[in-house]
Amino acid sequence: MMGRSGWLARREALYGYAFISPWLIGLVVFTAGPLLAVFYLSLTEYPILSEPTWIGTRNYERIFTADRAFLVSLINTAFYVAIRVPLHLGLAFVLALMLHRAVRGIGVFRTAIYLPSMIPIVALSVIWRVLLDPRNGYVNYFGGLLGLPQINWLTSTDWAKPVIIFISLWQIGIPMIIFLAGLGAIPETLYEAAEIDGAGAWRRLLYVTLPMMTPVILYNVIIDIINSFQVFAYAFIMTRGGPNDATLFYVLYIYRQGFEQFQMGYASALSTILFLIVLVLTLIVLRSSRSWVQYERI
Amino acid sequence: MSASSLVTTATQERALLSPKRRRLIGNGLSFLALGAVSLVMLLPLYLMILISFRTADRAFVYPPDLWFTSVTFENYPTALFRLLPFGLYVRNTVIIAGLVIVGDLLSCSLVAYGFARFRFPGRDLLFGVLLATLLMPFVVRLIPLFILFQKLGWINTFLPLVVPSYFGTPLFIFLMRQFFLTIPAELVDAARIDGAGELAIWWRIMLPLSKPVLAAVAIFSFQNTWNDFLGPLVFLQKADVKTIILGLYGLMGMQAEWQLVMAAVVVAVLPLIAVFFLFQRFFIQGITVSGLKG
Repeated sequence: MMGRSGWLARREALYGYAFISPWLIGLVVFTAGPLLAVFYLSLTEYPILSEPTWIGTRNYERIFTADRAFLVSLINTAFYVAIRVPLHLGLAFVLALMLHRAVRGIGVFRTAIYLPSMIPIVALSVIWRVLLDPRNGYVNYFGGLLGLPQINWLTSTDWAKPVIIFISLWQIGIPMIIFLAGLGAIPETLYEAAEIDGAGAWRRLLYVTLPMMTPVILYNVIIDIINSFQVFAYAFIMTRGGPNDATLFYVLYIYRQGFEQFQMGYASALSTILFLIVLVLTLIVLRSSRSWVQYERI
Repeated sequence: MSASSLVTTATQERALLSPKRRRLIGNGLSFLALGAVSLVMLLPLYLMILISFRTADRAFVYPPDLWFTSVTFENYPTALFRLLPFGLYVRNTVIIAGLVIVGDLLSCSLVAYGFARFRFPGRDLLFGVLLATLLMPFVVRLIPLFILFQKLGWINTFLPLVVPSYFGTPLFIFLMRQFFLTIPAELVDAARIDGAGELAIWWRIMLPLSKPVLAAVAIFSFQNTWNDFLGPLVFLQKADVKTIILGLYGLMGMQAEWQLVMAAVVVAVLPLIAVFFLFQRFFIQGITVSGLKG
């Protein structure tokens, strides 16, 4: 009896490994292997057409002591993430709350607000590049009617980054839909109980909705930080990193080192640092979540 | 903090409006705000379409108009065939997207079935690894992948964009596994007793029962491939293998006239919007599952 069930268990395990084997192979070849390779290459000098030569930590020394562009790109990206993530998720949350209570028209509004999230970032960037045209673009014309200054937004060192953050808010659909689904999963009885206890709309939001939504908020925060850290196409299309490096974001800098300067070793060191930053940020958010995420479900 | 511990700090002093009244006003305000936000969100798309139909002499009209005046259809053929070989780009993108969708559907459903229906040592650990790879920025692997594909002679072919999808995409594996877990085990057991092999069970029982999640994955896969920029930018450098998004980027570099650029953007965006409207239900479901059960 035992022997037979042991044989069955082994057979089941073999099938399990067989079924997941495509992913296991892919994990080694396309994910884990490249990850190890990027660590190794970061310790080499590797102009694309020759072979990598070991130079120890020299890339990192240069990055941390002598590379102004690294610092600029890191600060630009941190600015983008720090401003964009709260705006993006805050707006998505408010919209989800409104969609959740709207009885009529939810389908139409949800579709309308989601639609720009379908548009490739490259296409969105091209559209905005046209609308922001300083001489005869829509933004300056209608901005002028509203009394806004006439600015060449994308060539202004002060405005280029905020404008890119602003444009990125058009892609709000995914976190909004996730929030909306989270709101739908909160049991109605909690609200009824709160109402019987005399809690008004504001208190119900504060003491029922928000605590119940914390797991969903955590998920959106982590995903949004990781995605925002990889901002690339807006700047690549609209500003080419300019003016004066004001929109030189981190991934754009990696791209330049790797595919314009062909310094694969140096670009690998930059990639390794990105990996570590994202890893540490994710761990910090996860660690902090212990004090603010409520996992009890009722 | 549980809701019932909210002892009556409630206020009677704001009872100027009855709760019902207040709710009605609140709903009305939400409705107006949502309407306004919807308009703002759609405005760039509307202007994209508007400008794409403008005649060249009206393209730089000032003040810019908000309605279709002096409409022409000429921008489309000019942008698509005379400026850049967009027909070729569309063909390339469709081939890549088609191959990737097939790869994702096959590989991810196999792997998801393995995770959902078999017990084996290390399964939960491996699934944790799968979820962890979801969080890893693609750029981190970009340089080694480029070198790998270059050594394989795959640069300027579709292979770097297509082949990885045949080895599973973590997000889609996760989506499918969540769905497979909801299919009653009795169905699978019954088929096993009838002597069906595991591959036959996957193909003849799991897949036909999983159409909603297969549709969602197919759509996401299509969308990701169609929208992808960094991958094609790095792996496809020759003119004859470029995708439609690379074509848009090329148009920007050519300083083409705005009405032509917009016509090309409309063509690049139209299939995405069509797919969205046709399969909206699967979209919403897919995003919801990916966000909530993590």
